[in-house]
Amino acid sequence: MDYINIFATRWKDLGSAMLEHIIISGAALLLGIIIAVPLGIYLVKTRYTWLRSVAFTITNIFQTIPSLALLAILIPLIGIGKFPAIVALFLYSLLPILRNTYSGFKSIDPSVIEAARGMGYDGRQRLFRIELPLAIPYLMSGIRLTTIYVISWATLATLIGAGGLGELIYGGLSVYDKPLIFASSITTMLLAIVIDLLLASLERLLTRQTTSREQSASS
Amino acid sequence: MIKFENVYKQYDNGHTVLKNLNLHCKEGEITVFIGPSGCGKTTTMKLINRLIEPTKGKVLVNDVDISTISPVKLRRSIGYVIQHVGLFPHMTIADNVAVVPRLLEWEEDRIQKQVKNLLDMVNLKADTYADRYPSELSGGQQQRIGVIRAFAAEQSIILMDEPFSALDPISREQLQDELIRLQKDIKKTIIFVTHDMDEAIRIADKIVLMRSGKILQEGTPEEILRRPANDFVKNFIGKKRLAQFEAIPESEEVMTRKPVTILPSRGLAESIKIMERKQVDSLMVVDTKDRLQGYITIYDVLQQFKDETKRVGDIMHTFEHVIAPDTLLNQTIELMDEHKLPYVPVVKDDQTLVGLVTRGTIVGHLSDIYSGNEGL
Repeated sequence: MDYINIFATRWKDLGSAMLEHIIISGAALLLGIIIAVPLGIYLVKTRYTWLRSVAFTITNIFQTIPSLALLAILIPLIGIGKFPAIVALFLYSLLPILRNTYSGFKSIDPSVIEAARGMGYDGRQRLFRIELPLAIPYLMSGIRLTTIYVISWATLATLIGAGGLGELIYGGLSVYDKPLIFASSITTMLLAIVIDLLLASLERLLTRQTTSREQSASS
Repeated sequence: MIKFENVYKQYDNGHTVLKNLNLHCKEGEITVFIGPSGCGKTTTMKLINRLIEPTKGKVLVNDVDISTISPVKLRRSIGYVIQHVGLFPHMTIADNVAVVPRLLEWEEDRIQKQVKNLLDMVNLKADTYADRYPSELSGGQQQRIGVIRAFAAEQSIILMDEPFSALDPISREQLQDELIRLQKDIKKTIIFVTHDMDEAIRIADKIVLMRSGKILQEGTPEEILRRPANDFVKNFIGKKRLAQFEAIPESEEVMTRKPVTILPSRGLAESIKIMERKQVDSLMVVDTKDRLQGYITIYDVLQQFKDETKRVGDIMHTFEHVIAPDTLLNQTIELMDEHKLPYVPVVKDDQTLVGLVTRGTIVGHLSDIYSGNEGL
């Protein structure tokens, strides 16, 4: 019964922790999308191939740093609190979004691009009316994957004083309050699942179309 | 009308793909660029919609230098069909066809009407196909859409880059036939790139044969088949195709050039004299300018001989069948066989009599060929 009651007694704490959690992960994701998507598009189109390997190497390195170590290393650099946590999660989000954006645009049949050029789309029209819609399935799967990661890693952010659901989990662990550990973990999981479902329906909305979905399913 | 003036194209790596190209593609004609891969045919075509820019020289469309027109504007005024179809997979068939009209901001009513007309033109029912996606269509159907998409904004020039080469032979022939049929109505200026000589011969008004960035020969399919400029052209056309053409002589080569003639105003007695002297049983009746009027036979003359007032013109028969100097021998033989003709006169467009093909001259011609060949 304790496991159920805990939600009733601590709903206020759980709610505010969840809100914090959403703010931290949301901000990191948003930053990641704003930086990685245009960068990915640029990397596909650029003539300088060395830029591509540099960008992928750097983001790869971020990805390989253990999350706890990354959080720790940020403390001397930008201190503690929400901001360093957002920076760390943002760095993690870069690679999967960048990779998927890149492969999404790479996957477009070159003859489609040639047809678009030959029929008189200018650069911007081609990007927004042809390339982006065709790359959306890849882009969205990158964003969904990253979202799940970021939400789960954000629980660690409490270690540098960022708050969020992680704070309740660690609080529960330190006093061995099993119902609290249970409730905060469940809330984190539910948060990840619900957001993923929301993103899935957003993806369906953006790609009401057969071919491109088949392509993304096979990739 | 498209004109190339002294066009050179060199890539950054120093490779020259076009060397001093001069060419004129006439309005309302299908001009086919053909040649082995790397000959510059696709490059030449892409110069027209500025997908490729010349290093030197000018390309004129309707007497306007296209380097003065913005590429985007130019491309919207030129239809483009590519080899791999390139339909936009995220758009319905109707939206794919409507791409250029939408870019040109046509009114929606007009666009819908145009899409329906075009689908009708290639026998795809708008009700069934308009809302489908490209992946739901067969290869042949997809390329039909690719073709009508290029016509959608009523462009007068259409570029087609090996449009049918990825299709199976049956669909390919169907689409070639459809293109020929469409072209009869719409009379577009079409530039068609291919490496398939059969296709070129089938659809071209003019063939431009290229190799290593130069034009080797240009002309109608007939001209190229009859008079290949050099050995490369001969090889490219292929021995089999040439043999078909070379083996069949034109009637001009088979006919006798001195048919026995008479004026319509002459008397019957005179005509008998002429027949006797020339050892023939009929005479060609021509006017003073050598224009063919008809013929008389010895049988007619003898029947009417007693009537002194009769002239050749009164008893002559007119010809139901005549042939031109460039009629092929096989057609001539077919005609003679079908109508049981002993001979058939050869006349120019203005009815001037130039010769006569008889069973005798045909046999004479054939014996020339076969006895000649025995010596080889």
